[in-house]
Amino acid sequence: MPVLALLVILPLVGALAVALIPARRSELIYPVAIIATIPQLVVAGYILVEFELGTPALQFGEEHVLIESLGIGWIAAIDGISLFMVAITALLFPLAVAASRSVTERVKTFMVLLLVLQAGVFGVFIALDLLFFFAFFEIVLVPMYLLIRLWGSENRAYAALKFVLFTAFGSAFLLAAIIALAVLTGDQFGLISSFDFRLMVATELTATAQLWLFLGFAIAFAIKVPIFPFHTWLPDAHTEAPTAGSVILAGVLLKMGTYGLIRFNLTLFPDATVDLAFWMALFGVIGIVYGGAVAIVQPDIKRLVAYSSVSHMGFAVLGIFALTSQGLQGSIFLSYSHALTTGMLFLLVGMIYDRTHTRAIADYGGLASIMPLFAGAFLFAAFASAGLPGLSGFIGEFTVLVGSYLTLPVLAIIAGFGVILAAIYLLWAYERVFTGPVGNDKLETLKDIGVREVLILVPLVVLILVTGVYPKPILERIEPSVEAILMRIEAVTDYDVPEFGTAGEQVDVEYGPIEPGEKHDDSSEGSQGEQHGDEGEEG
Amino acid sequence: MSDIVTVDWYLILAAALFAIGVAGVLIRRNALVMFMSIELMLNSVNLTFVAVSKELGLIEGQVAALFVMVVAAAEVTVGLAIIVAIFRLRASANVDELAELKG
Amino acid sequence: MTDWLWLLVALPLLGALVNLFFGRRLGEPASGWLALIVVVASFLIGAAASVGFFTGDELPETVYLFEWIPILGVDAAILWDPLSALLTLIVTGVGSLIHLFSIGYMHGDERFPRYFSFLNLFIASMLILVLAANYAVMFVGWELVGLSSYLLISFWFTKPAAAAAGKKAFIVNRIGDWGFLIALMIIFATFGTFDFETIFAEAPLMFGVGSGTITAITLLLFVGAAGKSAQIPLYVWLPDAMEGPTPVSALIHAATMVTAGVFMIARSAVLYELAPASGVVVAVVGTATALLAAVIAVAQTDIKRVLAYSTISQLGYMVLAVGAGAYSAGMFHLTTHAIFKALLFLGAGSVIHALAGEQNMFKMGGLRKPMPITWITMAAGWLAIVGIVPFAGFWSKDEILFAVFNRGDGWLILWLLGLVVALLTAFYMTRLFVLTFVGKPRWDDGVEPHESPPSMTIPLIVLAVLALGLGAWNTPFRLSFEHFLEPSFEGVPHPEGASTSEFVIFAGLVLVIAIIGLAAAWWRYTRDPLPAEDGSFWRNALAGFHVDDFYGRTIVAPGKAIATWSSEVFDRKVIDGVAEGTARGIRDAGSGTSALQTGQVRWYAAGMAIAGILVIVFFLFIGGAF
Repeated sequence: MPVLALLVILPLVGALAVALIPARRSELIYPVAIIATIPQLVVAGYILVEFELGTPALQFGEEHVLIESLGIGWIAAIDGISLFMVAITALLFPLAVAASRSVTERVKTFMVLLLVLQAGVFGVFIALDLLFFFAFFEIVLVPMYLLIRLWGSENRAYAALKFVLFTAFGSAFLLAAIIALAVLTGDQFGLISSFDFRLMVATELTATAQLWLFLGFAIAFAIKVPIFPFHTWLPDAHTEAPTAGSVILAGVLLKMGTYGLIRFNLTLFPDATVDLAFWMALFGVIGIVYGGAVAIVQPDIKRLVAYSSVSHMGFAVLGIFALTSQGLQGSIFLSYSHALTTGMLFLLVGMIYDRTHTRAIADYGGLASIMPLFAGAFLFAAFASAGLPGLSGFIGEFTVLVGSYLTLPVLAIIAGFGVILAAIYLLWAYERVFTGPVGNDKLETLKDIGVREVLILVPLVVLILVTGVYPKPILERIEPSVEAILMRIEAVTDYDVPEFGTAGEQVDVEYGPIEPGEKHDDSSEGSQGEQHGDEGEEG
Repeated sequence: MSDIVTVDWYLILAAALFAIGVAGVLIRRNALVMFMSIELMLNSVNLTFVAVSKELGLIEGQVAALFVMVVAAAEVTVGLAIIVAIFRLRASANVDELAELKG
Repeated sequence: MTDWLWLLVALPLLGALVNLFFGRRLGEPASGWLALIVVVASFLIGAAASVGFFTGDELPETVYLFEWIPILGVDAAILWDPLSALLTLIVTGVGSLIHLFSIGYMHGDERFPRYFSFLNLFIASMLILVLAANYAVMFVGWELVGLSSYLLISFWFTKPAAAAAGKKAFIVNRIGDWGFLIALMIIFATFGTFDFETIFAEAPLMFGVGSGTITAITLLLFVGAAGKSAQIPLYVWLPDAMEGPTPVSALIHAATMVTAGVFMIARSAVLYELAPASGVVVAVVGTATALLAAVIAVAQTDIKRVLAYSTISQLGYMVLAVGAGAYSAGMFHLTTHAIFKALLFLGAGSVIHALAGEQNMFKMGGLRKPMPITWITMAAGWLAIVGIVPFAGFWSKDEILFAVFNRGDGWLILWLLGLVVALLTAFYMTRLFVLTFVGKPRWDDGVEPHESPPSMTIPLIVLAVLALGLGAWNTPFRLSFEHFLEPSFEGVPHPEGASTSEFVIFAGLVLVIAIIGLAAAWWRYTRDPLPAEDGSFWRNALAGFHVDDFYGRTIVAPGKAIATWSSEVFDRKVIDGVAEGTARGIRDAGSGTSALQTGQVRWYAAGMAIAGILVIVFFLFIGGAF
């Protein structure tokens, strides 16, 4: 069964179902939209359960050639790098839809756009034909632009345009790089071009070609992540977007950037990766400190959370370009965890915004005595975001920091400041919004969060807590894929993952190279030999 | 000067017709006259096609001429309709007064 | 027995969760009793499991629970040795008494169950910290106690001061945690594991004494310790933390959490032994902190702030001890201090409770008569911290000073300063005691002091008995405490004990100094009227020498200015300026060239004609026509 194609098709079917609801039955839109997100959750659950551990192979592979001479086709598969991105996408959309109860205008269009968005995001995480990947990468822009443009707050036109222009700017480079790479790949395999990721991996590129292609990919992904100094679209887009938009933007769309960096930059351009790793990590670290510092002084609670995203995603970038197993695993875990914590923070901000229609921190004060449940949830999310041990945020940050120190000690030490800054901006915001005497009379009459809102938050709370205490099930699924990437980098470049720690047990990991296609078999042995052969030729 | 009418004569005639057409389009303001000038240019090209086709003994030139005629007929239909519509609106066929597409 | 050790943490955690979700249904006393029961249960389990250490039959053991972060090789595991057993007993023992005290103290509070939920959470977190078998899990406890401390300091969050104090405590601790975190990175890069057992076994084999790596690790660990144990320059959060309920101050900010830094250094004794330079830094910072805090304590008027600065000062002693390599002495002072400082805080809580929230000592006085039990028990605490024989503090303080003196050379300066601190301690504690209990009543009209209920006085009595008798655990004549801890400090050379004659001289000296300080304060504050303390020294010391203002001006304000500039200028003007400038350039180019589109058909035609001619000329040129 083509489960992955289902991930793209099901939301579209759902969108169609929502679109067909007649205007006089508009009360059905909200429940139908929620129901339309459930099958995806089921499929993602099935994938999580059936996902095979201990292998870096791409699983659930699907392949249909469309244009043979140009090397275009539907190729989809999942491995440890994309698995949790898919899972988090499946999880966050139902919550985002459920949190959109307060949308009253053009509800149907809103829900349809959200579902189309979900289809696009799933596509990004599963497509391994780069033309399809790029198409999905771009398709995502449209519904997101409309969500911000039509349902945003005061400054929405500016924010929506800025979002599209920044992203499209990067996409131009991405498209050029993809086409160039496809032609180079085609050259080596006797085709006009090939967008097949597997062939691209096998293509040998000159150092110069790698450098330019790396930059083309990296600019697009750096804007998406966003890496300093490409981050300024994020606070505006986050702030102006409706709640569901902010949640999806922070929870899922930013991860397209880190996912792209790992899946494409690290895998396709190992030499350039090794050469440029320090600079990428440096900008990540600047983002950590810069985003954290700027978050402190934001007068707008949503902007504050947005800048905290810049800071957190900086950790993810640092982890990726540390080029150690710890750093990469931490980075992927952090991406997953950031979706939960920041998603939860945006949901919470949305809940209070629905009641008061203001985002200014100064308009609040003493809310904890009026809305204790809400305050508790917010404090939980804040500490989760600040990386308190026992919650998921810690695992990612800690693993990234420890992993980065092995190769980039100075950057890791500076990145550590981000941990201090996170405590400052979150707790100071909490202090101003929730503690002290009640800020003004209007707040006195607010109702605490109700059953519907609690139900939206519960899955996030549970996941943050459970995966913070017991992250092993996630980490062990990520590990083989990450090791495979590092193995490849080690095989084709003169980079070596540093030897460290003489005291601990060093487990030699033997993983095959990327071996996609049909549900993997044990053919990795042979191709591993090939890989080493390549290495010999180069040497 | 030879008594035989060589292909050069046709070509010179076609060039002259084309130049007249160009001049007409550039100088005249009446849309109808401009249209006639354009037809003139098209027919000068047709003349060239046919002449060269005869000279080289290739049939493609005459085919091309037929194509041009068909396209010209279609173009005239659309163009005249537009001009009539504009004339009804403005009571004038002066193209200088038409600048709706100014950037 | 060790199979059940996970219950030590699980029980208080369960209590915290039950109280969090069902506390309101349980109602007022019940939720408090539930919280008390789980802590007592933890205490009993801990006591039962540590019997073997007291008899010397049992060896340290690591109990594996589950794999936590596989890629870093971190397991959730418990290291059960005398050191962790000692701390477990202190935390759950003193913790039980303070839970009991709180049932009386928090009577009538709207969020009574919530309070006990947080208190249970703290016990669980602290036990994670002390029971950890590796640095990573220790860091978990380390941060979680910071969380519970935050929650409890800002328990009365409607008071802005309380909310701000909680935040300040957490943030200042995080600054220390930064050091701890960096130390963890280096440890992992060096040893490839966080496991205590492996690290302490490998370190002496891999590195010689004075190695740079180990020095870096130990110094960074000390940054963490300085945050948690309120040492210079990170001590500023502790006085503010007094905004929390008084039992919280007693448990977290006197007896247990603040000693975590000392515990951590003692736990890392093997590493500190390899880095003598770090030891010196630790000792010097400890001494300086002890001295500074003692000076500030002399001028405080708020009874809780005196005790807070006193705690910082005593922590300085402990840090000095571990810095000097006298780990058992440091741990012993930690133990006695936990008892007598908890006692003093609870006594102060009882007084504040009786005076309806009054904390200014100059509005107390003569409380001896209406509050006899509080008076007597507090006297025991007072004599213990001053260091009068045979109270507990005398033995532990003397041991530290002796160990420092024994190091000789430059350490003698630290020893002398230590004596000065002892003098100051005697002075300010006597000042506190006299102002509160002796002399004429000075309390406001309408206040009727009364003795506290049994739930509050019982813990006081128990602690008072311990403050009197606990010193016997480790006297120079019978070093049972040191022997008890020996298995935890295997491979760490421990300083020589004193001979009896040396002991008499040194103890006598310390005792004389304490009595001088005590007598001076007694004479000064039993006079009538009380001396007016408004000279420049008193004003500056009362304000803690304006260290908070200094930090505000040098770190907080510039930091905020830079952040604001980044946000308002750099982001909006520079980055967006470039982005918007590019967009504007493209738009301008478009509107500029759009002038070419005149809308005049004949212009277009002319353009085409000219272009056509140019093309023809071009091809003619290429073809060589010219």
